[in-house]
Amino acid sequence: MLRLKNALVYDPTNNKEGVKEDIWIQDEKIVAEPEREVLKELKANNDLEEIDLDGKIVMAGGVDIHSHIAGPKVNSGRVLRPEDHRRDNVARKGKLRSGVGSTVPSSYVTGYRYSLMGYTTVMEAAGPPMKAKHIHEEFNDLPYIDKGFLVLSGNNYFVLKFISENNQQALKDYLGWLINATGAFGLKVVNPGGVEAWKEGKRMRGIEEKGTYFDLSPKEILLGLAKAAADLKLPHPIHLHTNDLGSAGNYKTTINTMRLLEDYRLHITHIQFSSYGKNEESKIKFATATDEIAAEINKQSKLTVDIGQLVFGEATTMTADGILEYNLHKLSGNKWVNTDVEMETGSGIVPMNYKKKNLVNDIQWATGMELFLKINDPWQVFLTTDHPNAGPFTAYPWIIKLLMNKSYRADYISDLHAKFDEYTDLSSLDREYSLSDIAVISRSGPAKALGLKNKGHLGVGADADIAVYNNISDNDIAEVFAHPVYVFKSGRMIVKNGELLNNLEIGRTLVTKPDYDENIIELIREDFQKYYSISIDNYSVTDNYYDKVEVIPCTTRE
Amino acid sequence: MTELKTFKNITCTFCGALCDNIEVKVKDNKIEELKNACAISRKKYEHALKDRTVPMINGEETTYQKVIEKAAEILKNSKNPLIYGLSSTTAEAQKNAVKLAELTGANIDSTSSVCHGPGTMAKQLVGMVTATLGEIKNRSDLMVFWGANPVEAHPNHSKRYTMLAEGLFKKNRSDREVIVFDVRKTPTAKMADQFIRVEPGKDFELLMALRMMINGKEPESKNGKIAGLDLAEIEAAAEKLKSANYGSIFYGMGLTMTGAKYMNTWAAMSLIRDLNNDQQRRFVMMPMRGHGNVAGSEITMAWQTGYPFAVNFSKAYPRYNPGEYTAVDLLANKEVDAAFIIASDPMGNLPKKAAAHLKDIPTIILDPHWNFTSDFADVVIPSALKGITASGTVYRMDHVPLHLRAFLEDEWPNDEEAVAEIGELIENA
Repeated sequence: MLRLKNALVYDPTNNKEGVKEDIWIQDEKIVAEPEREVLKELKANNDLEEIDLDGKIVMAGGVDIHSHIAGPKVNSGRVLRPEDHRRDNVARKGKLRSGVGSTVPSSYVTGYRYSLMGYTTVMEAAGPPMKAKHIHEEFNDLPYIDKGFLVLSGNNYFVLKFISENNQQALKDYLGWLINATGAFGLKVVNPGGVEAWKEGKRMRGIEEKGTYFDLSPKEILLGLAKAAADLKLPHPIHLHTNDLGSAGNYKTTINTMRLLEDYRLHITHIQFSSYGKNEESKIKFATATDEIAAEINKQSKLTVDIGQLVFGEATTMTADGILEYNLHKLSGNKWVNTDVEMETGSGIVPMNYKKKNLVNDIQWATGMELFLKINDPWQVFLTTDHPNAGPFTAYPWIIKLLMNKSYRADYISDLHAKFDEYTDLSSLDREYSLSDIAVISRSGPAKALGLKNKGHLGVGADADIAVYNNISDNDIAEVFAHPVYVFKSGRMIVKNGELLNNLEIGRTLVTKPDYDENIIELIREDFQKYYSISIDNYSVTDNYYDKVEVIPCTTRE
Repeated sequence: MTELKTFKNITCTFCGALCDNIEVKVKDNKIEELKNACAISRKKYEHALKDRTVPMINGEETTYQKVIEKAAEILKNSKNPLIYGLSSTTAEAQKNAVKLAELTGANIDSTSSVCHGPGTMAKQLVGMVTATLGEIKNRSDLMVFWGANPVEAHPNHSKRYTMLAEGLFKKNRSDREVIVFDVRKTPTAKMADQFIRVEPGKDFELLMALRMMINGKEPESKNGKIAGLDLAEIEAAAEKLKSANYGSIFYGMGLTMTGAKYMNTWAAMSLIRDLNNDQQRRFVMMPMRGHGNVAGSEITMAWQTGYPFAVNFSKAYPRYNPGEYTAVDLLANKEVDAAFIIASDPMGNLPKKAAAHLKDIPTIILDPHWNFTSDFADVVIPSALKGITASGTVYRMDHVPLHLRAFLEDEWPNDEEAVAEIGELIENA
């Protein structure tokens, strides 16, 4: 047994804000303080290890609800950008494998850097179903963290077909089968209908327009998917990248989408990219619309969002939204990868460099910060950079500092474009996040939204994934969160004094296994065999691709 | 006598098209019947159990354990080893090979560097617009083959994925226009609607002329010709490309390994990119990858090291430099002092000067069959047959992963285990 003595516990799930107490760990779990007799025996048998934390901050391990860390798109980004890695080398050390870093790090370095920041669970944001084996192969080379992936389903042939036939039962069964077959955790929906339109050489705006092969509006697709996700009792609702993402004036589409699905649980991801206004008077025509977006979120109770905070500097944009990447390529002139995936989805990659003196980039940055500060309930808004789209995840500690310290924020703004304050009211926002708020947006909130009952908190029965930080009163906030003193994963210490220990381990893969009617396989077989280029019998991810798996149950939430 | 057993939807690993519809009937650990296999595939299956290697050190037959130990000893004592090949083995073995390279401070390179590697370098400059094969089957109304001859090199490609396949929107050959650009009239060209003969070594010029025309510019030529073609002929081809709704170009080594090499592919990628600038038109491209899992070699290396091939670990972290850490250069410059060849035949394939150095240094080969390299290698490690007696993962030319199922028994362990065992001996020494 392991005892973390004199911890200063920040555990919002269990209403603990800076409570001084001990944490007890048995094997991979947090347990209750043992009875005196048991304790005596443990001590007598030398079975009790104690670490005195001397009032250091203790939080559950970080949980990232949206990050691109593994799979075909991420890997294509690695290949595309040798210039991204060359100056960021990580040498082999003991059992720790080597690799490279920067915005698209190699698999090992991705695991190291999340762990070094005290993050222990990360959700890969978008996986094309027919390449799911690739994702699981990479997961087995992604150390320490527990991870799962969200399977792309918003432009899938069978999804569109069943919705167009009004066959909600088949839609539900198909999605249940798809999640099981690909070893996914949940459903990702990217620009529903819009990716299919891009493949057909068409463009659609808003959520009402029709005109592609199945003649469906994004609205119809969204309603079908949200209902199916609820009927499957998935722990995480549909995880949505909205239509019109990235374009000026798109906040209307975003608000229409929120209202459309207000009766369902819904997670809108990297909402910063979906919260733009249009200002016809200004030269750049680009504006924030955070008041409108935040007001709608503050009205809704089942809705959660993550921000996708922009970080100045190098980034590698990558998304299943093929047309968006085409637009970014035209805008930047940078190199461009596009991959259309048959029957399922698309994807694209474009490197970017966000600049402090670029007014549009500044407005994007301000949009993220304003949303953090205008959304009232931290349980509805989570910390992400949509890594590596708006910036790398390694920037989290500095975003935390911006949220916790308004004078740092003011200093930071003074470095931006001279006209910054004409476009944003960020400078007038005085709110500062507390340590508890930070614990919510970086672990407790995302864990709850993902339906991971054993993560994001330190109660009895929780996974012993724990980060120990220095006190913020004597230290720089960003440094504190960048370099935890200790990190424990599944009860084992993996980081000590800001350094990885020499115990390379691969974490668990988180999957769900929703129930479905197996007749669905026969229903799709004929079209599958004709229009896919592989056999349906070779499609599923077989058990040999999983190292350690945890099945998160599909149950109705209270 | 055991009874006949049928295995359906087996993946053939011979070429990068990875047809996954092979049916085999097996009896007494032998293949009795094959269905859906192309001529090349059929030969491969028929020869699979013949010409098998045995453990050998310096021409003397020995035990499997001895060859593994000897391989570990050679790599451990080497100051600058080369690990090369990889394109005909599984992703699992490739992963272990990268780990071994890291452990021994080796150079690691795949046959990609002598086939489609230049295309990958071009991608690093401009990016690439691509799609999976089924997408092309379903949508493409204009198919272009450039310096590629799938009828002979990937015989089932046209039936399964392109010209003759039944797709969602495009049902048969008449729904697709087919153009072949090549230096000679190949069997693929004979199936096309149009064959355009390119002057050898002038692909770059022709691609750039097409690109200019597509962007509304007039290329200049003193004799009115580019790449042996009249400007009017090129203009007509440019118009054809522009008429597509969802065009596709498959390119072969006729593009990546001739003339301007990676700049040829750069020009093709730039052309395809520009063809997407019309709002109603999409255009994609794909390399016709040769070896069964050459795509996988780039994929596995990239997620572990960040780079697709030509990686050096002498500083304990991965460094990438084609031209320096590529096998041909390392061998021709006599920079490496030992070589571990995995599922490849450099003696038969590499330039003479590079291959010659292999004879001067301790060379280990891991391969199920005898080849030119194993004929002289110091250490021969036998191995199970990928997709027949060994399972594992392979990646198709469009990066679609497929799982191989073993359907026969083998006396030898597979590549994955052999490479891991060598690594463990070195690590625990």
